[in-house]
Amino acid sequence: MTGTVEGCAGPGFGSVPRKEDGRFVRGRGRFVDDIALPGMLHGAVLRSPYAHARIRSVDATAAESHPKVRAVITGETLAARGMAWMPTFSHDVAAVLATDKVRYQGQEVAFVVADDRYAARDALALIDVDYEPLPPVADARRSLDEGAPVIRDDIADRTDNHVFDWETGDAGATEALFARAAHVSECDLVYPRVHPAPLETCGTVADFDRISGKLTVHTTAQAPHAHRMLYARIAGIPEHHIRIIAPDIGGGFGNKVGMYPGYLCAVVGSILTGAPVKWVEDRSENLMSTSFARDFHMHGEIAADADGHILALRVSVLADHGAFNATAQPSKFPAGFFGVFTGSYDIAAAHCRVTGVYTNKAPGGVAYACSFRVTEAVYLVERLVDVLARDTGRDPAELRMANLLTPDRFPFRSATGWEYDSGDYPRALRTALDMVGYEEVRAEQKQRRVAFERTGHGPLTGVGMSVFTEAVGAGPRRLMDIMGLGMADGAELRVHPTGPAVLRLSCMSQGQGHETTFAQIVSHELGLPVDAVEVVQGDTDNTPFGLGTYGSRSTPVSGAAASVAAGKVREQARQVAAVMLEVAADDLRWDVGTGGPEGGSFSVKGVPGVSVTLREIAMAAHGGLDLPDGVEGQLAASTVYNPPNLTFPFGAYVCVVDVDPGTGEVDVRRFVAVDDCGVRINPMIVEGQIHGGLADGIGMALMELVAFDDDGNHLSASFMDYLLPTAMECPPWELAATVTPSPHHPLGAKGVGESATVGSPPAVVNAVLDAIGVRHADMPLTPAHVWRALQGRPIRPDIAIR
Amino acid sequence: MQVPAFFEYQRATSVEHVVTLLERFGPEARIVAGGHSLIPMMKLRLAQPELLVDVNDLHELSGISVSEGELRIGALTRHAELLASPVAGEHFPILHDAERVIADPVVRNRGTIGGSVCQADPSEDLSGVFTSLRAVAVVRGTGGDRTVPMREFFHGPYETAVRPAEILVELRVPLRPGAGSAYVKVDRRAGDWAVAAAGAVVSLDADGVVTEVGIGLTAVGDADFTAVEAEDLLRGRVADDDAFAAAGAAAAEHCRPTADQRGPVDYKRHLAGELTVRALRAATARAHRGGFPE
Repeated sequence: MTGTVEGCAGPGFGSVPRKEDGRFVRGRGRFVDDIALPGMLHGAVLRSPYAHARIRSVDATAAESHPKVRAVITGETLAARGMAWMPTFSHDVAAVLATDKVRYQGQEVAFVVADDRYAARDALALIDVDYEPLPPVADARRSLDEGAPVIRDDIADRTDNHVFDWETGDAGATEALFARAAHVSECDLVYPRVHPAPLETCGTVADFDRISGKLTVHTTAQAPHAHRMLYARIAGIPEHHIRIIAPDIGGGFGNKVGMYPGYLCAVVGSILTGAPVKWVEDRSENLMSTSFARDFHMHGEIAADADGHILALRVSVLADHGAFNATAQPSKFPAGFFGVFTGSYDIAAAHCRVTGVYTNKAPGGVAYACSFRVTEAVYLVERLVDVLARDTGRDPAELRMANLLTPDRFPFRSATGWEYDSGDYPRALRTALDMVGYEEVRAEQKQRRVAFERTGHGPLTGVGMSVFTEAVGAGPRRLMDIMGLGMADGAELRVHPTGPAVLRLSCMSQGQGHETTFAQIVSHELGLPVDAVEVVQGDTDNTPFGLGTYGSRSTPVSGAAASVAAGKVREQARQVAAVMLEVAADDLRWDVGTGGPEGGSFSVKGVPGVSVTLREIAMAAHGGLDLPDGVEGQLAASTVYNPPNLTFPFGAYVCVVDVDPGTGEVDVRRFVAVDDCGVRINPMIVEGQIHGGLADGIGMALMELVAFDDDGNHLSASFMDYLLPTAMECPPWELAATVTPSPHHPLGAKGVGESATVGSPPAVVNAVLDAIGVRHADMPLTPAHVWRALQGRPIRPDIAIR
Repeated sequence: MQVPAFFEYQRATSVEHVVTLLERFGPEARIVAGGHSLIPMMKLRLAQPELLVDVNDLHELSGISVSEGELRIGALTRHAELLASPVAGEHFPILHDAERVIADPVVRNRGTIGGSVCQADPSEDLSGVFTSLRAVAVVRGTGGDRTVPMREFFHGPYETAVRPAEILVELRVPLRPGAGSAYVKVDRRAGDWAVAAAGAVVSLDADGVVTEVGIGLTAVGDADFTAVEAEDLLRGRVADDDAFAAAGAAAAEHCRPTADQRGPVDYKRHLAGELTVRALRAATARAHRGGFPE
């Protein structure tokens, strides 16, 4: 049984303004491209125009004779340093600069270092690459065909484009339930390739000091410490000679987890020239070459009994991984956390099989706030439940309500082995349905439908929903690692003699507001004002080791670490206070206070008026006080937090759309989002995260898409072609919270950064399909897709529209 | 990395100065006004002009007025100015309909009417608007001014009647008292180029018969952005749903859309018809039967 509390309790918590916004709203943020070091040079990348071609030769002579060019780096240059290939996060290698073949359009072929960025760009045109075009694999469904071009002929004995097979669940038990099911619904669904598309593209300023041998890299890194190890392994520079500095980051969404050739080339450029080298990619480079997201071709089956109780789920997936298997996820999870596809329902058995394939497309796959592919899992199950409702003539809300896990089932072990920590799903769905006025909206929908059938004119109204369960906050490290690095986070807290504190974190904000939320955690534990806690992140020389910010893991892991470190400091303070007040430590009572500059205080139990504040204790701890054995003095603690389990935030979303059947245009009229991420440290920041994720969901459901034509040309390489939603497409969000604390997180908090991105696409798609009365059509539901779905000829999204 | 190649830059002081510079530098010179099409093309190096002639100081090219029975729109008029112009909206609501759905406020603040039509993008909203209005372009070169009907202005994608040493100075729209006009567009997102769009201008006699009609189509492959067959079919008929449906069918039949990521051919053809009907219906609703006393 999960305990459920209302509101978000606790000193220090609440919707305080974000500390970082003081600089952002003044235009004083400092991003990678704002950095200008003395003598800095500029890099530019030459990219392949072909999706698949053999490289006969690369002639850089003319470029090298450009008066402003300092160095031209080719695959050959890197091969001489053992750096032409780099390891990926998924047991594969990826080309840094192509030596043998290019394997996707936009792949890196050469890197120019010049005095300014104009000259660097000019010189790219002077590099002569002789390509022998090869037939590309542009359609994932043809990648395993007999005779398909073999993309990875760099790997010995490879004769096909197969990457891996992976399965989870109990095939036999699932089969048995399907065999006795009264009803089975099937559906093919594509979760098409999309891109995280942060407004700030990826970039770096690499600065190698020939005297000290130290490499400093200012870069867009969501995981600075993991990056340091990667540079050490790839470039052969000892780790203590590498400093990664991530300045302000303008959005990451998983795009800035990976290692990119441009980063490494800038390092080599700095080593070769002895000067700092800046490289910042442009929009097209970002969209074409850095980690994409999704690209799952799914076949789902759902079995139910005659009363509409869901018995079992069965799924097979073709996963398009692009030219290199570089998905950024815990290394033992080739399909990420897709295994949570049983979602929020009480399903006795489930089985899933995933086959990964190579195609002539950019690598990636796990990005864009996907919680390691929980997005795909939630989309699958929430779409299948709607299909089941349609096929069996049931209301989708009633069908969900009848099958949701109830609070008494937690902690719940799913049919695929995931242990959900806590949840109250029926309450979340009930709240969302009440907020939207479900009966009224359904009545209105009926009227609209009748009017349309009479007049032939729209709009048609649709209602869609999803009840999603997220799985965030990796590790534990026993199960989860990135390239052998266990997913546990360090934190260090020091209270200065006069009371303010500095908290050093391994994770790195890309807009999530860490400087505020983490200061609030310390404030919560020690009673200090939020403004009296400085949060240091993104500098490997000044922060403890940890795995970084992605997969909504900052609050679940680093947040827990901050809480534990602060608790240790508080216990040190208790020991010091005991000496100051000449009582036993056990006789002291902690009072967190009201967040004033004195901080919390210890008072003597049963002796009113005898107390010392944290500020007094801090000075005493640094002073001449005679401390007993085992109390070292000063107030500082560090910790490494190894999470016992993921946290499982959840929510219920209801979307109302109007569709113009004459044009296929969709108007998202309302969106109700009830989120439960446990205790909310800063509800305003949480709501901001949800706002962004809901916009993501509208984007993916209605317009975002990376598609390729038959030649493997990337058809979405600008913001005119890769459409992000604007305020015009977003309705006023109607948010609500329920609070079901995580039983294993010290603050009861769960991660929330990706909840809305994960939960919202199926709600929008379900609403559009509900409006037009179509069983299934794939995202993105652009006007053309909607109209063609109405005609009974849906468009396949991953290939070019013909 | 998106940075333009080397180019020279001159800030023009008069229209004559522009023409002189264009003549001296030949076809490798480009006029820059709002720059919303040219600068991105230069950054992508799809365009590498040797000289940019900046006309933003030429205030004589800006402004909206009514004169000699025409609405006159200077080539340097910004989209935002046209959108905010009461006189433009009063005579031709189609202009406001279209401007509301062109790009976004930031682009509209800087982008110009002349730049939009001279870019001649196949999906340009204003192209279909001005052809439906039967506007006339005033073009100036060394030999002085000449006029080009907008229905003869477009010579294909990104090609117009404006010659290398000429500059578009003004668009003139003949006033049609009592005419109704409207523009409807389908896009995938606010600010996106049209998947398809239609503009209509309708004049009615006292019996509701169409005396003159202009239908402009955008993004569906009409080189001159005009649905002539639909116009011919409608002229002389009572403006009712049957007539609109017939005009829509003609517009759909005669357009030549191509498939791209905005949509397949059948959908665009459907939209050409559907939007023609909708634009006609809206324009007719705004028209005054038997004209309108000035």
